[in-house]
Formats: sequence, C-alpha cells, structure tokens
Amino acid sequence: MISDRELEVLINEVFEYYGYDFSGYSKASLKRRVERLYQIDGISRFSDVLSKIRSEEGYVKHLVEEITVNVTEMFRDPLFYKLLREEIVPVLATKPFIRIWHAGCSTGEEVYSMAILLKEANLLHKSLLYATDINSVVLDTAKRGLFPLRMIKQYAENYRLSGGSEDFSDYYTANYGLAKFSCELNEKMVFSQHNLVSDASFNEFDLIMCRNVLIYFDKHLQDRVLRLFDSSLSCLGYLALGTKETIKFSTVQDKFQQLNREKIWKKVK
Amino acid sequence: MEESKIISGCKALLIGGSAGSLEVLIEVLPKLEQLNSFALIIVLHRKSGEDNLLENLISIKTPIPIMEVEDKVPVEPGYIYIAPSDYHLLFEKDETISLDTSEKVNYSRPSIDVAFESAADVYGPSLAAILLSGANADGTAGLQAIKEAGGVTVVQKPDSAEVAYMPGYAIENMSPDFVLDIKQILEFVKNINTSK
Repeated sequence: MISDRELEVLINEVFEYYGYDFSGYSKASLKRRVERLYQIDGISRFSDVLSKIRSEEGYVKHLVEEITVNVTEMFRDPLFYKLLREEIVPVLATKPFIRIWHAGCSTGEEVYSMAILLKEANLLHKSLLYATDINSVVLDTAKRGLFPLRMIKQYAENYRLSGGSEDFSDYYTANYGLAKFSCELNEKMVFSQHNLVSDASFNEFDLIMCRNVLIYFDKHLQDRVLRLFDSSLSCLGYLALGTKETIKFSTVQDKFQQLNREKIWKKVK
Repeated sequence: MEESKIISGCKALLIGGSAGSLEVLIEVLPKLEQLNSFALIIVLHRKSGEDNLLENLISIKTPIPIMEVEDKVPVEPGYIYIAPSDYHLLFEKDETISLDTSEKVNYSRPSIDVAFESAADVYGPSLAAILLSGANADGTAGLQAIKEAGGVTVVQKPDSAEVAYMPGYAIENMSPDFVLDIKQILEFVKNINTSK
C-alpha cells in the first residue's frame, strides 16, 4: 500500500505541476485510487509515478480521469427520484425559469434522468441543466448521451420504481451496444469543466444536485463546497446529496432545512 | 489456550461475511450485552437497496446501540456500525468512516477486503477482524493486511459455516491467528479488552 508520506508528495507534485489540488480529498479513498492507477499503468514503484507526472505530456488528464470516481447510473436510488418527481418538480414548476446545477455530473446519467423528469412534467422547455465535472473525459461522454446498452434493463427498472409511467425505450435508440438518448433531452443541457475545490460560483440555481461527490472529500473541503452551494442557491432553492451524505458536520447546516429524512435540503436563510 | 484468545487494546472489531453469515450474527449478537470499549463494524455482502432490512433485523437481536452509517461519522466505542449497501466502507486517520461508490471489488460493494485493508491502515495493532461464512474469495487479502499491520485475525471454522468456501479460502491462503466455531467466536468477542 502507498504510504501516507508518498501520498502527500504525490498530491504536492500534481498541484505544483498542474494546479489540481487533491489535498482536501478523503485520504482513505484517494489511496485506493492511486493504487488502482498503479495497477492500470503497471507501476510498481513510487518514483515511476512521479517521473510520469513530471515528464509525460497528457499524463495528468489520465491521472485525473482514473483518480476520480465515475460510477453513476440513471435514476440511481429510485425512491429519491420519486420524491423529486412528486415533491420538488411541482414546486419548480411555479417558477418562470428553472436552473439546475449537476455538480460532479460524471458521465451524465443523472442529468438525463432529470431531463426526463422535467420533460414528463412539461417543464423541460423552460429549464436549463448545467452539468459540470473536474474530468473533461467524462463530460465528452455526457454530451453525447451514449450509455452502455447492458445497463438499460436496470435503468428502465429504476425509472419505473421512480414513478415513471412512459415506455422508457422511447427515450433512446439502441445501436451497437449503446443506447443513444434523444437529442430533445440534451438540448437544454450545458456542459462545462468546473473544479469544486478551486472554482467559484457561476450562477444562481433553484436546485443543485451533487450526489456521491462529497464522500470523496474530507470534512474541511466538504464544508467549502457546501458554502459554495449555499452561495449558488436561490432563496428556498434545494440541495440534493447522496443517500449517505449529510450537511450536519458543516457550518451551513442551520441555513438549511431537511425534507423529512430524505437527502434533500431547502435553503431557508 | 483459552488465555491466548483474550486480546487487549482493541479499538475496533470488524466482522465480514457473505452467504450464511447473517445466521452467525443472529446467534452471536443476542448473547452480547455490550462491547468492551471497542466499536463493532459489520460488513456483509447484500443486495443493493435493502438497507433497512438488515439494520432492523440486527437491531432487534441486540441491546447494543446501532449507529447509522453516514459519510464521515466518527467511530465510537460501544456502538455497532453496519456497512450500507452499494458503498465501500473506509476509515480515515481521524477514526471517521468514509464511503465510496467506486467499482466493485470481488464482485462486491461493500467489499470486505476494502474495509479490512483500510481499517488495517488506520488501526494497525488495535484491530481485530473475523471472517465468516460465504461463497466468495473476498476478505482473505484484507485479513492478510490486518495481520501484517499487527491486528488479530479470526476465521470461522469452515465446517461450522453454512458456506465453507470463504473461510476455507482464507485458511488456505493466509494464516489466521484463530480458527473458531460459532460458540468460540462468541467467547472471543466477549473476551476482547477484558484482561487488566
């Protein structure tokens, strides 16, 4: 296993050479990601990864791609989406214009899920979905709306459990092992690279979705990001996190009110 | 012989299991009144999305309080923690829990290896782990990491396990400190931190 000291040196090198700051990432998880990078690249010694960082052009893109976790799915946690559909979307509907930020959107499965919810509520035409990630490779995938066909059965089931009553297969065309989602869905999406560690707020939103992203950050960085979200939400805007994430260790917690026990908070101050 | 099974200075006990392991917990937990100054962390392979089922089942079998596992909760002695489905469970140096939705390991998330290896890194010799029944090779590498870090490793005696593969695989590939049947596992847990 990579030592704490080596991890620290690696973090410093990546920051110094490329400006990506991983110092606030959860060390337990980051260690495993670096070990995985060793495996993928056939690295056995710490000095080898350092020399790659220092001398191989384009290595940092690969490093960021492999170190960040990009596991996601459509309608992940169907009951969460059911709540969105039944409780949150009707509130958003009362607004003249709906702005949503998917922070750490990865390959975009949850952005397309949201677009489907909005379309079914007849709100997509007056919505804008900003989808950002630190990793430019996953954003390219997200833009194309191409997801592995082998996952579709699960996604269709998630969709149904989330209260979807349309024929899920109407939303995509299957081709060569991929499901291409309808262009109508991504017309209202804006994709852009954004680093939650270092970048600032860029708009005001009615809903921020950031699910299973904060778990990769330590408490200090979580607090920074939650303050960024707080300053990017309109009054009475909503913040949605992953099923095991919480704002209770953060300084902004008293500005938010949790909806029952679900991981959705309303900004009240 | 019995004396040697008493371990001290233990801050955390991890129990990992797969098929057939819940039955062991249901037999052992009701006979435990408390945890002697250590936290018990349970990592079972389970179907995704059925979180509360396992929590509820375990909570009615034990008087020991169960702490809900959320990202970055502190690990405190005297409490039971149950790894949620669909997340790997990791430990930070400040003895808090981190969750991680990265790729499955040994076809599993939570993976026992992932939790055991991370705990070994944080707790070193202040850790004990028990690997129970199952039909998977998960847990062996984790036990090895715990042993190397100075922790105590226990494997359920394969002929007392409903599915012998997982404990059997561990015994073949590493040398656990103890191989115990269910009754002995209960004694082992009761004796943790009892020596003065």
